[in-house]
Amino acid sequence: MSMDVAALGRWGIDSLRELGRAGLLLLRVVFRLPDFKKGFPLVMQQVYAEGVLSLLIIVVSGLFIGMVVALQGYHTLVKFGAAQQLGPLVALSVTRELGPVVTALLFAGRAGSAVTAEIGLMKATEQLSSMEMMAVDPLRRVIAPRLWGGFISMPLLAIIFNTVAIYGAYLVGVKWLGLDAGAFWSNMQTSVDFHLDVINGLIKSVVFGLVIVWIALYQGYYAEPTSAGIANATTRTVVYSSLATLGLDFVLTAMMIGGW
Amino acid sequence: MTNLVEISNLHFERNKRVIFDGVDIVIPQGKITAVMGPSGTGKTTLLRLIGAQLQPGEGRILVAGENIHRLSTDALYKLRKKMGMLFQSGGLFTHLNVFENVAFALREHTKLSNDMIRSLVLMKLEMVGLRGAQNLMPSELSGGMARRVALARAVALDPQLIMYDEPLSGQDPISMGVLVKLIRTLNDALGMTSIIVSHDVTETLSIADYVYVMANGKIIGQGTPDAINQDKSAQMRQFVDGLPDGPVPFHYPAKALDQDLLGVS
Ligand SMILES: Nc1ncnc2c1ncn2[C@@H]1O[C@H](COP(=O)(O)OP(=O)(O)OP(=O)(O)O)[C@@H](O)[C@H]1O
Ligand SMILES: [Mg+2]
Repeated sequence: MSMDVAALGRWGIDSLRELGRAGLLLLRVVFRLPDFKKGFPLVMQQVYAEGVLSLLIIVVSGLFIGMVVALQGYHTLVKFGAAQQLGPLVALSVTRELGPVVTALLFAGRAGSAVTAEIGLMKATEQLSSMEMMAVDPLRRVIAPRLWGGFISMPLLAIIFNTVAIYGAYLVGVKWLGLDAGAFWSNMQTSVDFHLDVINGLIKSVVFGLVIVWIALYQGYYAEPTSAGIANATTRTVVYSSLATLGLDFVLTAMMIGGW
Repeated sequence: MTNLVEISNLHFERNKRVIFDGVDIVIPQGKITAVMGPSGTGKTTLLRLIGAQLQPGEGRILVAGENIHRLSTDALYKLRKKMGMLFQSGGLFTHLNVFENVAFALREHTKLSNDMIRSLVLMKLEMVGLRGAQNLMPSELSGGMARRVALARAVALDPQLIMYDEPLSGQDPISMGVLVKLIRTLNDALGMTSIIVSHDVTETLSIADYVYVMANGKIIGQGTPDAINQDKSAQMRQFVDGLPDGPVPFHYPAKALDQDLLGVS
């Protein structure tokens, strides 16, 4: 019994210590970009690596999710004679929830894991150490651009996801099931509030993006410098950032609905 | 003559295992100082301590008169611009080709034009005989070549202090000879101060001005190469002559072999 308590205590202390270390890392990175002239191209490279390279999976998933939601929604709405409300149904569920959350989950799997593996390997092969000895701070040169790259990419990816998903719903609802295009769009326009729905969704995606790259960078930077260590770190990135996304989504939704 | 690096009463341990137990070393300016010792004694660790990548448990390390572990981050990075380090594994940036690896520090720390950088990089690569390899990626190099690129990169900024971690291991006799001469030339012509870490006894004794030999966390001997060669103490003879038996253990600390094999704990 007392052993269990001790183990619980140790686990608690370890978790807190890890959280503290991650917090310090974030603090040391956020405001430490190299000057604008050097920092800008580095951040753009990361927007490419984390954002542009994730486009394909985001677009394809967005399209299918939009189509599936439209199909499911239509069959339910039609029972109540409310098929005209398909536009609002899709637009609201996508901008408020599916867009930010699914984008974040895909982003964690596609970009987060890549970031962790890359940083972990740079550490294991002493690339980060030799950078330090060349008087170049890896936190500035390697870590910070990746953080900002993710911060910028995530909301852009979410916007693209939303757009494609709504277009997918249009294809299914209007082109396939024969709803009236005018009604589809105008009902959507009247019921979606730009601030409440679209902006709140984007706020979520910004938060998710930041948390995911933060986790990915932390896991990579503190990975055990071995093959198994990097493999574990990559797995942890995907698991932790998915859980963090879903947990934070609940918190943010509660805050937003609570009229925050 | 002044000392560029002064290490006094250095204590350091890793996972409760004592690596340094009161070590004093001075590195005089403009000389080549060698640190030798059996594998696993902490030679690489020593270089990392000098570069302030590790914190000592006790004792202090002065580099150019400054206690390197007390410096602010900015001051530390400023001091590191004057240091070069050749890592045992090379540590080349795998996403950059050979040319860009050598150019990295120049691009980061100087405002030189691209033409200037190009000339400087090609000169450094010529020095290690790899100008023709400038467009290769690190994955396309052999181990010895990668080490030589790393050497060119380490001296790109013409540092005052250069630390070589095993520069000679993995080199064929020809490049070994060239490297030995190169290290000497860099030191004398450019006025660098060099620290060489190695267990390659003959080659190291042939270039060093002064030698420290470490074992079991302590300095077991020091002196000029001649003095080392003539040292009579059993520990030193064993290391210099490469004898398997003697006071310097070849084995990592362990319980007796028969007990281990029989599974007695
Ligand atoms: N990251 C680490 N964590 C724990 N112990 C370590 C670590 N790195 C090295 N050690 C231990 O520190 C000791 C000294 O290691 P170091 O790499 O400095 O040896 P070395 O003298 O450079 O050996 P070699 O000549 O083989 O390169 C070794 O016994 C090793 O077990
Ligand atoms: Mg070593």
